[in-house]
Amino acid sequence: MKTTRNILSTLLIALLISCGGKEEKKKAGFSYEKKTVTETTNTTKAETLPASKTVDLNNKGIGPITSITLDAEVNQDMANHGADVFKNMCTACHRPDKKFIGPAPKNILDRRSPEWVMNMILNPDEMVQKDPLAKALLIEFNGSPMANQNLSEEDARAILEYFRTLK
Amino acid sequence: MKNIFKSAMVILSALLAFTSCNNSSKSGGKSGALAGNVAEKVYVAPGEHDEFYAFISGGFSGQLSVYGLPSGRLFKVIPVFSQDAEKAYGYNEETKPMLNTSHGFVPWDDSHHPDISQTNGVIDGRWVFINGNNTPRIAKIDLSTFETTEIIEVPNSAGNHSSSFVTENTEYVVAGTRFSIPIPQKDMPIKDYKGNFKGALSFISVDPEHGHMDIKFQVIMPGFDYDLAHPGRGASHGWFFFSTYNSEEASTLLEVNASQNDKDFIAAINWKKIEEYVNNGGGKMMPANYAHNVYDEDTHTATSTMKKEVLVVNPSDVPGAVYLLPTPKSPHGCDVDPSGEYIVGNGKLSANLTVHSFTKMLKAIEDNKVAGDAYGIPILNFEDVLAGVVEQPGLGPLHTEFDGKGNAYTTFFISSEVVKWKLGTWEVVDRQPCYYSVGHLMIPGGNSQKPWGKYVVAMNKITKDRYLPTGPEVTQSAQLYDISGEKMELLLDFPTVGEPHYAAGCPADLIKPRSKKLFKLEDNKHPYACKNEADTKVVREGDVVHVYMTTIRSHFSPDNIEGIKVGDKVYFHITNLEQDYDVPHGVSIIGANTSELLIMPGQTETFLWEPKQVGVWPFYCTDFCSALHQEMQGYVRVSSANASTPLKWSLGEDIE
Repeated sequence: MKTTRNILSTLLIALLISCGGKEEKKKAGFSYEKKTVTETTNTTKAETLPASKTVDLNNKGIGPITSITLDAEVNQDMANHGADVFKNMCTACHRPDKKFIGPAPKNILDRRSPEWVMNMILNPDEMVQKDPLAKALLIEFNGSPMANQNLSEEDARAILEYFRTLK
Repeated sequence: MKNIFKSAMVILSALLAFTSCNNSSKSGGKSGALAGNVAEKVYVAPGEHDEFYAFISGGFSGQLSVYGLPSGRLFKVIPVFSQDAEKAYGYNEETKPMLNTSHGFVPWDDSHHPDISQTNGVIDGRWVFINGNNTPRIAKIDLSTFETTEIIEVPNSAGNHSSSFVTENTEYVVAGTRFSIPIPQKDMPIKDYKGNFKGALSFISVDPEHGHMDIKFQVIMPGFDYDLAHPGRGASHGWFFFSTYNSEEASTLLEVNASQNDKDFIAAINWKKIEEYVNNGGGKMMPANYAHNVYDEDTHTATSTMKKEVLVVNPSDVPGAVYLLPTPKSPHGCDVDPSGEYIVGNGKLSANLTVHSFTKMLKAIEDNKVAGDAYGIPILNFEDVLAGVVEQPGLGPLHTEFDGKGNAYTTFFISSEVVKWKLGTWEVVDRQPCYYSVGHLMIPGGNSQKPWGKYVVAMNKITKDRYLPTGPEVTQSAQLYDISGEKMELLLDFPTVGEPHYAAGCPADLIKPRSKKLFKLEDNKHPYACKNEADTKVVREGDVVHVYMTTIRSHFSPDNIEGIKVGDKVYFHITNLEQDYDVPHGVSIIGANTSELLIMPGQTETFLWEPKQVGVWPFYCTDFCSALHQEMQGYVRVSSANASTPLKWSLGEDIE
């Protein structure tokens, strides 16, 4: 009798455990004010477009670059060099076509002036302190700083040319 | 009545206070430090820089500390002869070879006398050299990175104490042995010391461009103790002077037996003559075994090479190259004034301070006035070489520095003071107490033709009650005096690292503009460097695993690794991809039997982890790097030794 009871209770416990296990799996992780929810609420208000989607082609940013003229045609040699520099110096935080640690540079010239882009590369510390868009980007990307990789103006210009090829 | 008495006392003490203020520059001591203008003299406002660098030896810590003067603020402790967990020096795979010796890995030494490189007799701020006393070594620290980049072991030497002083153009850094030993070493009775033990004085050449060190020759001297040394300069350039004690050649109870002779010697070595002799094939190559460790800034890695022979010179084979100048009594410091004419013998058991004249020495040599010889080395007459004597300036003279304005400053250990006196007239000008038992002192540029005679730093052996107590072991300390006026003025006490034996200093402007801010990634030639995230990987070779990892604010790549097994040797090779000033990252993993890494921008460093337990183990950044520093972490999954978990690595696969 005693043995039967033991066996029965063991079975019952085993059943409970396996049940519990299943329940856990179903509930793995949890959801609390996930970003997507907030974002949909935000998009209903037109004025709270995130900085990464804001278009401002007049802002030249703050830094050594005051005026840049882009040729109509992309300089492919320069763009190739830019791709190389981008790979070594930037890909730790930026993917060309999707958001990573920082925003994607794809179509960046539809949203920013070329001067702004180069100043953000060459003078990020001052940009995130003083430029309204850069400040907003810092907040949008969780305070992750845009690292100053101490690039030359020439390399930064090449990266800009490379960005023109990202469509 | 009582009240009247009280107010009288108040007035009296106020008067006393004023009087003592007025006299502060004369009497010095504590009242001087109370004066408002003294505080101003050492005050460096927030964000402003000190005028001078001071490199103060860390003594039995084995390191070299970097201070600012006049503030006395500590900026960095440069690891030299001892492991430093904070900077991974001697712990990471790259710097372990720096501490290799003929006795194997030696993780400690006793660092003594820093000296800064010179060009044309003036400090140039390129390198600072320092000696390890216990397991004889000379280290070179590069002052563009403030890192130890070379260490050479000194064979035939023991107690490497009359070191590491440089000649006028940094042609040589010298390393003289304090303890004489059998050369070559052999099994013999200690009591047979006399006549059989020898003292080696090593001349280590310094490559003018890279600073690479190589033992050019060793002069094998009689079995005295060689205590300190300084180079000739100006007219005496080409000579080197070494103080000796224990000319009695005692091997036991030296505190009595080595204090018998009324005079010991300063050995004057004409190194140019010996250099010429060996350049013409002189000297004898003898078998030896000593380590030469070089850190390469491009590979961020040190290599250790064992050298197998050394050139030795018997001084009696080079007539006219070595002379002994009798000097009372167990001299410690052996200091040459900026003109190169005066050689001060600080006879630590003598009542007077002896000053030799280089000109008179040359004359005595020319006139062949020899008083005797020691093992074939001519001894000159004391009177023939004597320039003058500072009569009874204090008790226990140790070390003299110069201000370049005709004054000398000598420390007195027993009477615990710094005494200022005039070269040429030998008169005492001023004295100031030290708290307590001062050893060496330093005037920036003191060992050169051009001292900057604004401050003197006195390094004390005992502090007693000068600071808040910290149990039986209290802080070591230094004191700063203003020497710009006729009288010295005590400005500041400041704590130091280890025992501050000796120091070297120079204007900050000589070093500051050359200080490196980062290492360029493109110049990184570390064999396990990973210069962008796309190249990060984990490679298994048997039970050795190489992790090629990168850091940038604020993540590791990869940050998830699976397929590691218990019993593996996992080498984390971490490259810091940052290219901005002052953004190092640190790293360690739970259970690592070594220190963290601290990786400068553009640098690669490696630590070894041997996981002993199955599980999922975190690693993280140990140096606060950004607002997301706390997020800079990762996991390594460790499976059992026989598991077949596939090797995988990733970063941010789930990112939206």
